[in-house]
Amino acid sequence: MIKLLGILALLFAVCATTAKLNPDFLGVYNIQNVVRWTSLFGIISIGAAFVIITGGIDLSIGSVVGLVGCVMPILLVNKGWPAWLMLLAVMGMALLIGLIHGLLITKMRLQPFVVTLCGLLIYRGIGRWITNDRTIGFGSEFNDNLRLVATGKVHIPGLNGFAMPVPAFILIALVIVSALFLNRTIWGRHLLALGRSEEAARYSGIRTDRLVILAYVICSGMAGIAGILFALDANAVQPASHGSFYELYAIAAAVLGGCSLRGGEGSIIGVVIGAAIMRVLYNSINLLGIPTQLEFAIIGSVILLGVVADEIVRRALRNRAARKRLKRGNE
Amino acid sequence: MHEEPLLQIKGIGKQFPGVRALHDVQLSLAEGEVLAVVGENGAGKSTLMKILAGVHSPDRGEIRLGGLAIDLSSVRDAQRLGICLIHQELNLADNLGVGANIFLGREPSGRVGRWLGMVDRRTINERSREVLQRVGLNIEPNTLVHTLPIGQQQLVEIAKAISVESRVLIMDEPTSSLSDRESERLFQVIKALSSQGVSIIYISHRLGEIQHLADRVLVLRDGLNAGELSKDEISRDKIVRMMVGRDVSQFYARTPHEQGDAVLKIENLVTPSFPTEPVNAHVRAGEVVGLAGLVGAGRTELLRTVFGIDRAISGRIRVGAHDISPGDPVHAIHRGLALVPEDRKAQGLLLEMSVRDNISVAALRDHLKFGGWMDRAFESRAANDAIQDLSIRVTSPNQITRLLSGGNQQKVVLGKWLATNPSVLLLDEPTRGVDVGAKHEIYRIIENLAKKGLAILLVSSEMEEIIGICDRVLVMHEGRITGELSREQFAGDLGEEAIMKLATSHQPQATTMPTAIDSP
Repeated sequence: MIKLLGILALLFAVCATTAKLNPDFLGVYNIQNVVRWTSLFGIISIGAAFVIITGGIDLSIGSVVGLVGCVMPILLVNKGWPAWLMLLAVMGMALLIGLIHGLLITKMRLQPFVVTLCGLLIYRGIGRWITNDRTIGFGSEFNDNLRLVATGKVHIPGLNGFAMPVPAFILIALVIVSALFLNRTIWGRHLLALGRSEEAARYSGIRTDRLVILAYVICSGMAGIAGILFALDANAVQPASHGSFYELYAIAAAVLGGCSLRGGEGSIIGVVIGAAIMRVLYNSINLLGIPTQLEFAIIGSVILLGVVADEIVRRALRNRAARKRLKRGNE
Repeated sequence: MHEEPLLQIKGIGKQFPGVRALHDVQLSLAEGEVLAVVGENGAGKSTLMKILAGVHSPDRGEIRLGGLAIDLSSVRDAQRLGICLIHQELNLADNLGVGANIFLGREPSGRVGRWLGMVDRRTINERSREVLQRVGLNIEPNTLVHTLPIGQQQLVEIAKAISVESRVLIMDEPTSSLSDRESERLFQVIKALSSQGVSIIYISHRLGEIQHLADRVLVLRDGLNAGELSKDEISRDKIVRMMVGRDVSQFYARTPHEQGDAVLKIENLVTPSFPTEPVNAHVRAGEVVGLAGLVGAGRTELLRTVFGIDRAISGRIRVGAHDISPGDPVHAIHRGLALVPEDRKAQGLLLEMSVRDNISVAALRDHLKFGGWMDRAFESRAANDAIQDLSIRVTSPNQITRLLSGGNQQKVVLGKWLATNPSVLLLDEPTRGVDVGAKHEIYRIIENLAKKGLAILLVSSEMEEIIGICDRVLVMHEGRITGELSREQFAGDLGEEAIMKLATSHQPQATTMPTAIDSP
């Protein structure tokens, strides 16, 4: 809880500073943009969080986003599939990728880092191959129907002029489902338990393999959903770069949002706030005229600061608790 | 003979979060003396030894070596002063040679080699040979450690200790994984070292060894000195009385009760660890069956296989009328099995999670609401029941399990399984690392569960425990059940000896062959 308030405070601090330095930050158009991007990155970050909670990692998220972006226009435009069938196929592909990762990690006992690193290379390669590395897109045919899923906005009555981007609704739905799953169902509890100690979980009668596989399926599934939105939002996809590095944003958002890479810890809301911080930072770099070459350096520093602050607070709390216990023990 | 003590400890105390390991301990050790230190688990032996070895620093008290007050704030300090601890689990890099291990961390190098970080193998080999000879090992210094039997590895560890001119050697249960022959050889080495002036602190549960080796026995209980015995005073009764602090029979209070039909039936079960030894056994409702044997006899492996953590190669496990599918703990739990595992911290508990989460984790599956939702009311109820029934001392059910004392942690593990309503309870060293008070409580819990009709199979390396709380004892040796003893057979004066005999011999004793289990 303290942690959640901490990163929320960080988010407000970054927003306030930016708004103070450049009032354009609070402009309706800008806010809508930040919300839309936060939604897209929030979705992949939730996926990454599930894997990180099991003590694993998924480095292939960006390549899955890229591959989805390449496959969609091919099926929709070149092959002329109906939209619903294309979406079904793309999601099926993403879930299958997650299943393969999970099976390799649990049944073959391969390391998640290695499996998903290979995934990163393979899916990127396939995407570039099936498109001949040429930029492909949806054209203008879908601007007023399918693409609205990513680019559409819904006017909120009462907020003058502000329209909520559609992806925000998708994110909110996914947040609710994921948070309930993690905190209120037995599978979520078991997932947290196995993240803490896989051995103890196994001795407690938890089917750890199945849950780990499930986490990778969720992660790739989220990457699939976000991949669809990213591609529709961009309209044109560059196979070599579309989605690259996104896994690092997702992992960073998850860590910033309170997941420990050791596993067993994490909150969905925190992860989404983490993703928001990253997007606001990115936005303020643009708005404040900071050289964009510094983007990575700034984002990296802020994450590092957040993690260091978290560790300092954690130690202070632990020491306080230890002193209390010692006092009680001596009485 | 031993007038001026070499090592003297006065008023040592040590507190850990949640437990006071040592209150006030005195110890003195003369040059060349073999001092046996005994005590129940949790009496403070290992904390005391770790303080001497520089692993922990004491909260108060004084340590004098050769009359001078010393400060042992690191393992290196202790080694420099000539105090060396030989761990129960050996601390050798088994991918390296014997000589490399003996000189690990202080490799000699030639004058030129020093600048290049080169190792002077010749010196290592020569000096290793010398110390190996002193412990009676005739092996080449470049022999890889993992190719040696465990007894010889232990001797290498001792050679390493004396190569740094150790004056005090601390041995923690050195014979726990040795064969009789290997132990005998170790005793010879210990005697030789003591006659060369090396002082030895010897921690053991085995009274025979202590009688054979020790010049003096120091008994610890609850972090205090419980008494001392000189060589000719050493007797089993005296030691046990000092260790337990009350009459043994009272400590293991037993009231016989009725036993029902065989609930757990193990038929020709072959575990992956001992693929040539089919095991047969059964446990009745209301019966506490002990599984005795030396470390490595296959007892833990048997429990793991019955519970499904390891997949049985062949054979049947039945609970009541139902077969348990091999390698499937979930099914085993569903059919009423529960396992309190050997390693509480790694296997029994999710240390960083709350007491409530730990207690409910195994039972949640059977208390699902429609759609997979957790039944949070059940969760709280189960935790509160366990805390009350087992008198687990916590500040709240939300307390992080890591912060509890060993005894309370173990009660959380028991609570977790009782929440699943088991009919068979498998217990693997349930009182290891638990203080005497909590131990007593755990025995009472076991007793009560048996009374309620649970079938209990208990692995224990503590003879007192086996003899004190079991209705029947099975003894294992190298994966085979070598004998079965009834209460009348093991509760008498010769009971411990009878068990030890079975634990060290591979042939099943004709008269005590395990009886065939009730046919289906």
